[in-house]
Amino acid sequence: MTQSVNGLPPAIELRGIHKRFGQVHAVRGIDLQISSGEIVAFLGPNGAGKTSTIDVILGLSHPSEGSVSVYGMEPRQAISRGLISAVMQTGGLLKDLTVGETLQYTASLFTNTQPVAEVMKRAGISELADRKVGKCSGGEQQRLRFAMALLSDPELLILDEPTTGMDVEGRRGFWTAIRQDAELGRTVLFATHYLEEADSYADRVILIRRGEIVADGTSAQIKAMAAGRTVRATLPGADEAKLHEIPGVERVEVRGDTVLLHAIDSDAVARYLLTSTPAKDLEITTRALEDAFIALTSDESDSATAGALQ
Amino acid sequence: MTTRSLSATELASRRAPAFGGLNAIALSIEIRRLLRNRRTLIFTMIMPSIFFLLFGLNSAYANDSNGKGAYGNVSAFVLISMALYGATLATTSGGAMVSIERAAGWSRQLRLTPLASPAYVGLKMLTSLVLGLGSVAAVFIVGGVTGKPSMPVWLWVVSALCVWVGSLVFAAFGLFLGYLLPTENVMQFLGFIMMLFSFGGGVFIPLSQYPHVLRDIAEYTPLYGLNQLVHAPLLNSGVDIAWVGNAIAWLIIFTAGAAWRFRKDTARV
Repeated sequence: MTQSVNGLPPAIELRGIHKRFGQVHAVRGIDLQISSGEIVAFLGPNGAGKTSTIDVILGLSHPSEGSVSVYGMEPRQAISRGLISAVMQTGGLLKDLTVGETLQYTASLFTNTQPVAEVMKRAGISELADRKVGKCSGGEQQRLRFAMALLSDPELLILDEPTTGMDVEGRRGFWTAIRQDAELGRTVLFATHYLEEADSYADRVILIRRGEIVADGTSAQIKAMAAGRTVRATLPGADEAKLHEIPGVERVEVRGDTVLLHAIDSDAVARYLLTSTPAKDLEITTRALEDAFIALTSDESDSATAGALQ
Repeated sequence: MTTRSLSATELASRRAPAFGGLNAIALSIEIRRLLRNRRTLIFTMIMPSIFFLLFGLNSAYANDSNGKGAYGNVSAFVLISMALYGATLATTSGGAMVSIERAAGWSRQLRLTPLASPAYVGLKMLTSLVLGLGSVAAVFIVGGVTGKPSMPVWLWVVSALCVWVGSLVFAAFGLFLGYLLPTENVMQFLGFIMMLFSFGGGVFIPLSQYPHVLRDIAEYTPLYGLNQLVHAPLLNSGVDIAWVGNAIAWLIIFTAGAAWRFRKDTARV
């Protein structure tokens, strides 16, 4: 995932990005490379630094440290060439314009654009051309933002929590439009705090917590991190290396006299512990996907993990 | 459906627009927005015309001559004053629209398009000038219909042009206010302050009627220089360097203020 395709520069390349707002250190050293054609989810709770990172990629803010390039250019250059578009969470629309006027206005600013009628069709708002933006529902406004983003036929589409505040119906409609569009091979990066959205729509999921990347992999890999069970036992003087050798054990934690063994086949691990070691007080706990996500991304990671295991 | 595959040639073929994205379609939609705003039309076209009808037709002085060596009558003098009031209010309003657009997040949205910041400011200036022209035209047409103002035909043209071009100073003032005030109430504040400036500049009442101290202060207010300059052709009085100095100084102050706030605005987000 790190090498360039066809000798092209990566769609996004971030190196050592930090962003500080006064005392707040929102982004703490993000390195990231996204190739053309990937569909990537930025998954993390509110305040994890997703929006700050996206603002840097879009050139809306300058990083306090580090470098950013989009298709080998400065973000502003890539935007002026219509290579990147974005759908932001809220705002960004004039209520006194109609949907059609908003699109004509936006289209007029680019050198090459898709026909307005075409993007309206793709965003599912063809029947709204003459409606005032102020009279559109939240979901309709969001689809208008999506249509605006499609005008320049961008190579890279960035969506910042695009379904916030939408009802279930609106979310489904919006994602259907995005998915149809992504099938054409556009590179998509979207931020979300809904695990389900990341799972359903992304090829690659990047977990962000407190301004840092805590996990980066396919949706299946991220899920595997959360699958299985944890076996906890009291085992004084545990030999960590030996515990690793137990078939099926993925992760071993030793905390004083307590050992935590993460495994898909927890039964086998339990059997081994009880028959081949002096382990006692055995406990087996399941970790749901949602719990894993919370554990990986919450601010109190350690205590949350411990809590989930008890 | 064809699947895209990005090639280096395609990447290189992508171009940024000319003039930073400034174009006629965007301008025409901006003007349509203005024309749709009833409040703006009332304040910048109808009000100044009504002021002319109130102050420019009074038989006690309307037909009086403007003095020795000057052209036309007092009604023509008032006509130019009211056109200046309307045009400066119009260009200020046009510039101040950025305040509403910032509050709506539209200026941030535009930063995701090729529209360059100077082109956005240029677009606002042009829109303001169109509104200013509308205001001058409205007052002059109403004046012409009443048949009261009297001055040579070339002075109608030259005076209207002077007022219109001069009103550009206040487009910069509007931008300054628009970037300074984050509120949607900027229009009310602006109506009040333009009224103050108009009294200060002697647009409504000749400065000769003011007490001495007030008059000294008035000569430093932003509409003073412009007001003198736009009446200069009619009064055939020549141009005092102090008037030009006043107008240019305020143009620099407003432009610098707008540029300063603009930089803060784009750095913040």
